[in-house]
Amino acid sequence: MTDVLLPVAIAVPLVAATLPIGLGLRYDDAGWPVAAAATTALAGIAAAIVASVARGDRLSHALGGYRPPIGIELVADPLSAAVLALVAAVSLATLVFVRVAGPRGNPFYSGYLLLVGGLTGMTLTGDLFNLFVFLEIVGISTYALIAADRSGASAYASLKYLVVGTVGASLYLLGVGYAFLATGTLNMLDMQAQLAQVGYGDPLVRASYALIVAGLGLKIAVFPIHAWQPDAYQRAPDAVTTIVASLVSTASAYALLRVSYTVFTVEFLAASDAITGTMLVVSGASILAGSVLAAMQSDLKRMFAYSSVAQFGMIVAAIALANETALLGAAVHLVGHGLLKFGLFLGVGLLAFGYGARRLEDLASVAREAPFTAGSIAVLALALVGIPPSVGFLGKWYIGVGAVESSLAGGGAAGIGIAVVIFVSTLFTLSYVARLLERFYFAGVGLPGDHGEPAVADGGTGGDDTAGRDDEAPEASPRRVSPVDGAPTVPGVPDRVPPASLAVLVAATLVAVALGFAGFGLAEWFDPFLTEVFA
Amino acid sequence: MTTAGLASIASATVAATGAGPVEILTTRHAYVAFALLLCIGLYMMIANPNLVKKIVGLNLFQTAIFLLFITSGYVEGGAIPIVPSGGVETGTYVSPLPHVLVLTAIVVGVSLTAVGLALCIRIYDEYGTLRTDVLRELLRDEGSIPEGPDLREGPSNVPDGLGGESDD
Repeated sequence: MTDVLLPVAIAVPLVAATLPIGLGLRYDDAGWPVAAAATTALAGIAAAIVASVARGDRLSHALGGYRPPIGIELVADPLSAAVLALVAAVSLATLVFVRVAGPRGNPFYSGYLLLVGGLTGMTLTGDLFNLFVFLEIVGISTYALIAADRSGASAYASLKYLVVGTVGASLYLLGVGYAFLATGTLNMLDMQAQLAQVGYGDPLVRASYALIVAGLGLKIAVFPIHAWQPDAYQRAPDAVTTIVASLVSTASAYALLRVSYTVFTVEFLAASDAITGTMLVVSGASILAGSVLAAMQSDLKRMFAYSSVAQFGMIVAAIALANETALLGAAVHLVGHGLLKFGLFLGVGLLAFGYGARRLEDLASVAREAPFTAGSIAVLALALVGIPPSVGFLGKWYIGVGAVESSLAGGGAAGIGIAVVIFVSTLFTLSYVARLLERFYFAGVGLPGDHGEPAVADGGTGGDDTAGRDDEAPEASPRRVSPVDGAPTVPGVPDRVPPASLAVLVAATLVAVALGFAGFGLAEWFDPFLTEVFA
Repeated sequence: MTTAGLASIASATVAATGAGPVEILTTRHAYVAFALLLCIGLYMMIANPNLVKKIVGLNLFQTAIFLLFITSGYVEGGAIPIVPSGGVETGTYVSPLPHVLVLTAIVVGVSLTAVGLALCIRIYDEYGTLRTDVLRELLRDEGSIPEGPDLREGPSNVPDGLGGESDD
């Protein structure tokens, strides 16, 4: 009877989303406790679903008692369970940072829970139109959250995202409409069978898939249509960027993977060279352009935003390759990249919160001031490059190997091309990560306090004789990093950042590294999904 | 010219569906309208510098898709799909599914429009304009890529000055 968990997992955050506003009439601070309780409950439910899937079950639930294909079906298989686990963990962990960094106010938490509910729905639904509805729930709450810090620039970035995102969702709906015209069903599995009958060469079916890819591509932000994404990530409040960057595009990429393989199947992809070829070219351009643009940025949030463009390019490329190893890479990278971006944006947010600096040149030698925060960011950034052992390495490795395999199996030069592009992009990633490491660890040579003594601002632990020298510091050409007024202090930790969030950041880093050792386990986890797809 | 092009798109759709060419041929003009609305909406979103008009274009774009669903659900002489209990199921009925989908999509569209207009109000309050070209200039002045330590002062100072100007 664990199947009932599926609708409950979606209902908990959505129903809880009404509470902050309702309770807000009476209590001013009702939002955070409600959100914390709801996401904790979701995490528990997600853990139960994952445990059940791990035993080899395929959970499914017919909503309202209407059997599919007429009713809406909720499904959990290894792929959706993995993404669900990521959604639950990240949404719970982000709340820790939201508590200190804001945005505050009960309506914010309602939006936050709506976003979490929408993401949960996207991962669990087995119905194409239901997926559209959840896509839009995620979209609308994301637009609202991005604009939550009340600055004009964030409202403009959000509106830009709204227009582009809505076009994307509408194109997806149009694609679903075409597929509906061709088959008369909306259930994913039923449509899979019906599409095979209609024929994969049918123009209506091809147009349908092309529109779905274009629509979800807009939402994922692959290269030529990525322009909304860096602005939205940079302008959003730090805590919002943390959850949006790690989950929203990931959910759209999951939707693309799901629709490509569960609805349209490998045979369809193999039969439509024009579409997969275009996807490969676009994603190749996305991988390169994203990395190059990221290397040109000095605002950390913008840098990692462009890096997302490149990483999602890899996932889309792996989807288009339609190769078992590459698909495993796509699934691993989907979850791994979400985790890495969560940690990176959380780290950047913590530095901005404690030290008021979010540009590379303002962060000279920050590793001396905040060794744990800077160290975590450094490890996560190296994982993003793909240095083993890390989850970033695993995803890239499988995608690269899959690309080469598909070429060797007679797939033409496209696979080798993608492998080369991934390699070049890795070099660019290394270049901006190296710049970050240099700035964090080596840029402070010659600054006051450069003798191994802790450079502590007034009020810190043991700041006896450095206080006098702090006044001269601004004259040095690279500015000293100093904590903002009222930055939290923790005994025993030099970092002037909120301790609970720091613990979350360190934990995320450790998980990202630990997953790097779990390559075999991950391959085994996704194996049922892969064998089903490539049966 | 363009109408002919769109008509050929529509006829391609007709040829592609194949399932019921007679029904589709009689309602072909609806497909032309769908393609026209889609293109007009997209063009408005891209070409018009006014943010509110972009949202109007977005609505046109969505309406076009609603029209496609409605048209696809139309059956010549079809009855409302309500069969009285104990009655006999005879004659043609219209599939209710496309209508339900459009209803849901309309609700989604309305909420999107509401969020979009709310954001427009915020932008207008802050900058006193809704034109993207002017906005882009203002954002550049305010420091879209801000330099150095005035990062936090910049955004709060500039809008105040602008508010004063727009009042004059």
